[in-house]
Amino acid sequence: MAKATGIIISSANNVRVEGMQDYRPMGAFSFLGRFRVIDFPISNMSNSDIDHIQCYVRENPRSLAEHIGNGSNYNINSKKGKMQLLFAENSALNNIYNTDISAFAENLNVIERSRQEYVVIAPSYMIYKQNYATLLDEHIATGADVTLLYHKVNNAKDSFLNCDYIEMNKQKGVLAIKKNSGTAANRDIFMDTYVMKKEIFVDMIKKAKKLSSVLTLAQIINRECEKLDIRGVAHRGFFATVLDLKSYMDANLSLLNYEEATDLFKDEWPIYTATTDACPTQYFEGGSAKQAMIANGCLIKGSVENSVIGRGVTVEEGAVIKNCVVNAYAVIGKGVHIENQIVDKWAQIKNVPELIGTPEQPGYVRRDDIL
Amino acid sequence: MQNSMLAMILAGGRGSRLKDLTNKVAKPAVSFGGKYRIVDFPLSNCANSGIDVVGVLTQYESVLLNSYVAAGRRWGLDSKDSGVFVLPPREKADANLDVYRGTADAISQNIDFIDSYDPEYLLILSGDHIYKMDYDKMLDFHKEHKADATIAVLPVPMKEASRFGIMNTDESGQIVEFEEKPANPKSNLASMGIYIFSWKLMRKTLLADMKNPDSSHDFGKDIIPAYLNAGKALWAYKFEGYWKDVGTIDSLWEANMDLLYKRDELNLYDPTWKIYTDDASGLPQYVGESAVIENAYITQGVECNGEVKNSVLFTGAKVGTGAKVVDTVLMPNAVVEDGAVVTRALVADGVKIGKGAVVGSADSEEITLVAKNVKGAE
Repeated sequence: MAKATGIIISSANNVRVEGMQDYRPMGAFSFLGRFRVIDFPISNMSNSDIDHIQCYVRENPRSLAEHIGNGSNYNINSKKGKMQLLFAENSALNNIYNTDISAFAENLNVIERSRQEYVVIAPSYMIYKQNYATLLDEHIATGADVTLLYHKVNNAKDSFLNCDYIEMNKQKGVLAIKKNSGTAANRDIFMDTYVMKKEIFVDMIKKAKKLSSVLTLAQIINRECEKLDIRGVAHRGFFATVLDLKSYMDANLSLLNYEEATDLFKDEWPIYTATTDACPTQYFEGGSAKQAMIANGCLIKGSVENSVIGRGVTVEEGAVIKNCVVNAYAVIGKGVHIENQIVDKWAQIKNVPELIGTPEQPGYVRRDDIL
Repeated sequence: MQNSMLAMILAGGRGSRLKDLTNKVAKPAVSFGGKYRIVDFPLSNCANSGIDVVGVLTQYESVLLNSYVAAGRRWGLDSKDSGVFVLPPREKADANLDVYRGTADAISQNIDFIDSYDPEYLLILSGDHIYKMDYDKMLDFHKEHKADATIAVLPVPMKEASRFGIMNTDESGQIVEFEEKPANPKSNLASMGIYIFSWKLMRKTLLADMKNPDSSHDFGKDIIPAYLNAGKALWAYKFEGYWKDVGTIDSLWEANMDLLYKRDELNLYDPTWKIYTDDASGLPQYVGESAVIENAYITQGVECNGEVKNSVLFTGAKVGTGAKVVDTVLMPNAVVEDGAVVTRALVADGVKIGKGAVVGSADSEEITLVAKNVKGAE
């Protein structure tokens, strides 16, 4: 196709996942044991034949840069395709300046140089499957200036807080983009996914810069709702967004519903990631697992239930893991009992016999920590 | 080349003792250990030993094997001046298209390829064995002893020695005699099919061998005896560690079970000597509500809802609710449907065992190979 450049944006400056985000941007968060969240937008683009991708990184670029590399893991053509990591450096001093617009503005020359007529913009912090080629076709067919992807939810009162939602007329014309503050249950949550011509995109960036240094792309598009033809397209299927520890945990554990998981992961729509060449997982006598997703390279000597276990995790004798997300290379020591915990990479829980959180307030164990 | 040694992997054999498993693929491409293929072992060993150029000699049913090994990126053999080269028999200006007539002939027919890299040493490997080995250390040994050829040997129990090619050495470790499957073995040092040759002499020997009408063009039968007759320095390099010829259904099953019972011997967990393989995309392994797993080796993409005991499950294998899989190897995408019972078996790639079917038995002497779908017991 190559009619569009793919642009992957980092999370908004008003959303922060305590703890985990100290170490890496949200796109680099581990997901479902062997993926990172950003694997979803990149794979969606790659599967949609978008092979020029610009990925914005706001902070702690190391893990993301390492993971994405030159994009070869994502089946992006090694000669014709291109994966660019773009850094926003100038505005790091005060967080209010760290908007997507300021990152675009800093890299405006790169955007303007891209040869594709359209841009598809997608977030690095949301998990969903979408064929951008058909979305672009739809965008072109309707003649809209901007197409926004949204997902209908009925739990916006206590979920998707701080996300944007869109208001539309009956013809799916977008009237406004607003912040979800939990006042209504039924909302059309905006998936921070845009399709438009490159020239409109560049125009938006320039307009926003003139108006205010702290405007976001969603805000400037909201201001243009009356002047431009902006339309919403509904997304169907699995949709999750990472906003805080709870939503991160929920997104992982909700895919323990195997039907939901196999619907998201289809052979014809692969979600690519970087391999670590870990060997298979070994279960020892006395080890057990139930209702779990377990990555390779683990040693299971204790019990795992309703949890997601990352690569190379050791579950020692008598350990009990329930309703947890345990990320790569963590060690859950002998007899340790953990429930409703997010255990970050390389952490070792050895000397604390019990760590119990609640589904509403999951606990968090820091990376490399020894407890 | 980093260590002026080029490796050639002999991967042309069918491995007919693996029966239906090699109907469509050559033996080196047969799956092993959940996510690997047999040929991943010599290739990863090469990559980890700092060997940059590897030729893979293919012949029997080579389509899958050729495309598989050609992507050298999998093993990190993709930097500049590095690569994996697939070498099936080919037509040449000065010779008719001919199959490889023997292991030595396969090398002889590729002298031009080897010459183009101008190596000092040639490492010959086979694509049939499961082991980890640092060939660079073997090369050090070869240089230290100023050997013309070095052959890796494994001490085997004396009573099994007559199944192998046996190297008889003097006290210093120099080889004085080679006997193929001797009825009355004099030593227990079995050849592992791993040779290092100084290339100049080897090249000369191969050229002579090609012209010899009585030769069967085989390393064991012709080349090694020719070296010994000519009084060349052949040394035995003793290997200690896990090594297994997976040439039969029983031994292939056993080698998989060794991952459970002798895990520290092959030690696939070692981060300093990883075995690289094709990367599968998709979900991690999923273990359902009704699953019971005890002592098992399970890889990515497996869906397990039944009982699994003392078994190895390969990529994409499925075990249904109420199914029982005991002492069994389920190869990639094998399916055991609800309520089926599989015992002491090796289930081939993609084979489906229907609902409630019963396959294999705990007291069978041989491992049951299930290479065709089994109908459910309705």
